[in-house]
Amino acid sequence: MDVAMTSVAQNRTVTPKRRRGRARWYPYLLIAPAAALVAVFLVYPVGSVFYYSLQTYNVTMPLYNGFVGFDNFVAIANDQKFWDSLVFTFKWVIVEIGLQFIFGLILALLINQAFKGRGVVRSLVFTPWAVAGILTTTIWLLIYNPTTGVGRYLADMGLIPYGTSLLAGEDTAFWAAVLAELWKGAPFFAILILADLQSVPAELYESAEMDGAGRIRKFLSITWPHIRLAVVIATLLRAVWEFNNVDLLYTLTGGGPAGSTTTLPLYVAQTAIYDRDFGYGSALTVIAFILLIIFTAVYLRINRFGKDD
Amino acid sequence: MTTTPIAPSTETRTIISARPVRRKTAGRRGNVVDRLLLWIPLAFALLFTLVPFYWMLLFAFRPSGSTALFPWPLTFDHFAKVWTGGGFGTFFLNSVYVALASLVISIVVGLMGGYALARFSFRGKGAFLLVMLCTQFVPGAMLLIPLFQIFNGIGLTNSLWSLIIGDSVFQLPLSLVLMVGFIRNVPIDIEEAAWIDGCSRFRAFIAVVLPLLRPGIVAVGSFAFISAWNNFLLAVMFISSQDKFTIPVGLSYLIGEFGTDFGALAAGGVIAVAPVVAIFAFVQRYLVQGLSAGAVKG
Repeated sequence: MDVAMTSVAQNRTVTPKRRRGRARWYPYLLIAPAAALVAVFLVYPVGSVFYYSLQTYNVTMPLYNGFVGFDNFVAIANDQKFWDSLVFTFKWVIVEIGLQFIFGLILALLINQAFKGRGVVRSLVFTPWAVAGILTTTIWLLIYNPTTGVGRYLADMGLIPYGTSLLAGEDTAFWAAVLAELWKGAPFFAILILADLQSVPAELYESAEMDGAGRIRKFLSITWPHIRLAVVIATLLRAVWEFNNVDLLYTLTGGGPAGSTTTLPLYVAQTAIYDRDFGYGSALTVIAFILLIIFTAVYLRINRFGKDD
Repeated sequence: MTTTPIAPSTETRTIISARPVRRKTAGRRGNVVDRLLLWIPLAFALLFTLVPFYWMLLFAFRPSGSTALFPWPLTFDHFAKVWTGGGFGTFFLNSVYVALASLVISIVVGLMGGYALARFSFRGKGAFLLVMLCTQFVPGAMLLIPLFQIFNGIGLTNSLWSLIIGDSVFQLPLSLVLMVGFIRNVPIDIEEAAWIDGCSRFRAFIAVVLPLLRPGIVAVGSFAFISAWNNFLLAVMFISSQDKFTIPVGLSYLIGEFGTDFGALAAGGVIAVAPVVAIFAFVQRYLVQGLSAGAVKG
């Protein structure tokens, strides 16, 4: 679903062919189902989160439910688990996006070249993107498991002691999760950049070569300026997505060991799913949402989005 | 990759190796360097992508306790175990049901909305697109609580329809964007010709536009199918009885029991991934295409 923004952003500037006539209500009729679904299942829920954030609302303890003002937010400010998850969220998103950017860009440049078997190679390297978060966990659990996973073979070679679990130590659990998510995330970064790479006019490279430009020169003077906007958007989308997505961490590390890999949205999900504490969860959600909006605004500002030459 | 034909102009959109020119200047050596610079990193990328898949297949097809690096002797015991004993037969049918329903809804709603957005300008269009854009920033985890309230209110918790609706809605922005791109690519002249021949807008759409939209429909449907098939969070939140579990939830329970049976977990994983990989291999080119179509500058 996160693909959509790139193109929606562009669509706004395009005016389709206009055909006036008796069918002026046509577009409203056609857009109605989409609009209704969005209104009921996206817009209304977002609004109601703000409402519930001011309530005590726990399905398991209905007697105590009711309006409590900003109590939830005060509780959050004193919640060490919240602050830890916030710090980890930043660490997770920055490391993950940095790596995905580097590998995604390299991958996109590689598979944009003309070579035999390009179609097959593309399908193969994109595949992890289509795989479920839970499946990523499944695969990497098989790799990381201490008895028959990669650790076993490393132990056979005498590199690490038998039975070492990568997911048990705080540092190793972090990097284990980073690697698994990189496997799934880099291809999508590449897809987003590739779409834009394909629109770089070939003539530019040809004339640059006439002038004797080398690979790096061509990349810096032609490719990079051309794809910069796409990179800004792709980075933002991926950052938002990495921030929001909880499937992998929820299932691979369960937020552990000892809560060390719990992002803020994962904390929200755990509050909702395990504790059924909807008031507190909603308040956490509101904070997550506000942080995301601030981040987006600052990021677009830094990159002078919308004032492009 | 022994000989390189002179590439047609579309093929020279390459970053590092614009071969026709380079060959004249640098000769064979430049060619070899080009190829090494392409295939060495590409080999690493392919290894990193494919070895994890192989690892899962290995565990799924080799007997428990084996540490062989080839799945030999081949066994299907793990599949039999998760399919019947683990309930994956039921989960599979549930997943198919959810994914197909979500596919149909996405196509129908996407076609209608996409046509409106591609062919009309109307009041509120800008606002609608802005809302769509904003939805990209809404975390799925954040909607769990209010969606639970809504589905609870209309009696859909522990029903597969809560997943079908949720998945279709989450997928809607992508469905619309892809569809708009594909519809724009159908020249309006074709439609206008049909109107002149006396077709209504609706008939012209069905008879003339729809057949040309087949790739778009395939693309939107496939991505809707994949995303519904993969959805974990909604399913784990809304579904409580085991006979309504989807495959991702089933997998998460197998993971919960890990340390016990990696063969079963791997077999469950293969069942989960097989349809997705098959569909994705078939439609991945539409993703890049659709993005380029939607994102054309200006």
